[in-house]
Amino acid sequence: MITESIPQLLADINTACAELDSVRLMEVCGTHTVSLFRSGVKSLLPKQIKLISGPGCPVCVTSQGYLDVACELAGRQDVTICTYGDMVRVPGRSGSLETMRAQGAKVRVVYSPRDAVIFAAENPQRTVVFLAVGFETTTPGTAAAVIEARQKNMKNFFILPGHKLVVPAMMILLQSGEVGIDGFLCPGHVSIVIGADAYRPIVEQFGKGCVVAGFEAADMLQGILLLSRQLAEKRPAVENAYPVAVKSQGNPNALKLINDVFEPADAVWRAMGTLPMSGLKLRDKFRAFDALEHFGLTEGPDVEPPGCRCGEVIQGKVEPKECSLFRKRCTPMSPVGPCMVSSEGTCSAWYKYGG
Amino acid sequence: MNDRVILAHGGGGELTKRLIAEHIMPRLGNEVLNPLTDGALLDAPTNRLCFTTDAYVVQPLEFPGGNIGHLAVAGTVNDLAVMGATPKWLSLALVLEEGLEFAVLDRILDAIAATARDAGVVIATGDTKVIEARGPAGMTLTTAGVGVLRPGTNLDACRIKPGDFIIVNGAIAEHGLAVMSAREGLAFQTQLQSDVAPLNGLIAAMLDTGADIKFFRDATRGGLAGLVADLAEETGLTVELRENDIPLTPAARHIAELLGLDPLTVANEGKCVAVVAARDAEKILAACRNHPLGRAAAVIGQITPGRPLAELITRAGGRRIIQRPYGEELPRIC
Repeated sequence: MITESIPQLLADINTACAELDSVRLMEVCGTHTVSLFRSGVKSLLPKQIKLISGPGCPVCVTSQGYLDVACELAGRQDVTICTYGDMVRVPGRSGSLETMRAQGAKVRVVYSPRDAVIFAAENPQRTVVFLAVGFETTTPGTAAAVIEARQKNMKNFFILPGHKLVVPAMMILLQSGEVGIDGFLCPGHVSIVIGADAYRPIVEQFGKGCVVAGFEAADMLQGILLLSRQLAEKRPAVENAYPVAVKSQGNPNALKLINDVFEPADAVWRAMGTLPMSGLKLRDKFRAFDALEHFGLTEGPDVEPPGCRCGEVIQGKVEPKECSLFRKRCTPMSPVGPCMVSSEGTCSAWYKYGG
Repeated sequence: MNDRVILAHGGGGELTKRLIAEHIMPRLGNEVLNPLTDGALLDAPTNRLCFTTDAYVVQPLEFPGGNIGHLAVAGTVNDLAVMGATPKWLSLALVLEEGLEFAVLDRILDAIAATARDAGVVIATGDTKVIEARGPAGMTLTTAGVGVLRPGTNLDACRIKPGDFIIVNGAIAEHGLAVMSAREGLAFQTQLQSDVAPLNGLIAAMLDTGADIKFFRDATRGGLAGLVADLAEETGLTVELRENDIPLTPAARHIAELLGLDPLTVANEGKCVAVVAARDAEKILAACRNHPLGRAAAVIGQITPGRPLAELITRAGGRRIIQRPYGEELPRIC
């Protein structure tokens, strides 16, 4: 619990930043992006603090090739796609799952991969494919679902693997050197699973501070305060501003589940290309549940819609307003790129809350 | 199969007669409806009339706190009431899907009867059809309503001025969250109940104060967010809400957070927003709080000069824009 009041936290942040000309902090995760807007925190910070949205919206980083495969599967008579709601409206090259559903494709929104397993068990005549996307927050759930499907010897449940890893993405961004980042506001929910210590390589190899924060206004302000102090005192470190939920070592049960079912692999990120060891693939003994293998498909190339700058937005290289489609051709009503679709997408947050 | 509706119940023959005689009339019968003629004969008042219609397609049919029957009466009654009319007569068209259990139908008809009684409206005319089931057997309801305009009411968004106060009659977001909790595939349990209720009594009590009320609207689909975004557009003024003052139960707040939804965008079925002259706000609040459906009423913001925008002063003291939601709210991914 953060015991300081919001005015006090803001005063402390002002004091900490007094000697700093510019503070560029990346909030890695889409949940933070939305919470920063929704809570009004963004409008309260001193001018020199610039918050940059990072590559932490799972829908936004999912490649066009992945979506095209999902749509191809949805087009098959015997297939039911089970997915988190945010994926439904992302436009692929030939329409979205939403438009395919209107044409008769079976697309179900689920809140948990287990709902997909239950649906598959109750509907043995359907081939069920769960769109397994997300970071370490959602991966343990997918792993548990795959284990359950294996235990029940299910032959009609598959996942389309698209899980990604947070820390490798942060490191690749720093390596590219194209985005000036002074420190990271790290997501509380991912960190519950991976633990605060997971960010140590970023401090050790790149000298950038990482502070884990929750999602209430006071939590986020506390995180920003700790990062500001680190910068003022020139001592980058991993700090945990969310100790009620996050432990240094994370959640060992969740990590074991991930590790039992998945292994690190190269992954394609929207507009960033194939990043080494930044995603997860099913281990050999679970490969029978891989929809790509079962249907003999491969992910096609990642092609961005013409004019769409989502790829640069998710890397913090440009702000949504710098994209010529933003608020014009690309709106929540008719999104061109994924950042406008996902409720956690940077463009959607800017559009909704007036960035 | 005699516990379920079959297609032949809609055929216009003996089975249709029985459906009407055994299930509908015992519950909904009244002097106007009883003759079962092709149209209802109404005693026309001399005032202007208000006429509205609405279709109800909610899934599932029954949810914590109500069912489609409560909605079909309250929704149409509320549309009349916010126009400043006293709701008098409703029509009711039932499109039933074959396979619907009579037990479910009866519960829904009971809800229609009870809500009509509460609201003091008469079901004056109706129709029943049966169609093939398109999924789990359901029904759609359509109600049209006629109300008599209250003399002396001057509800007109054009009269809204900077400085006017915005009042809501209670806690928001409960209907949408209660329905979602009952939806297939969303396995969560909650104490939350739909707020579905006819608001004509409450609105009449507010108008009876003689206070200067300029505008009423019920905050249904699109939630409070949709309503204030529309209001800003219609008036060309800034609508400023204070998050701290908007009634929201902890349960609703937490469930919305869990689902990644903004409570401002979640549907209500028993909440209305009034825009009132600042000097009369206390009087109207007192009238609200004296009514069972207005106990938690609150002033939640005000109209200010400026761009035609809806803005929220957040709990943290920051500001952000309130946008109308896109359409179906999507559950978030993490």
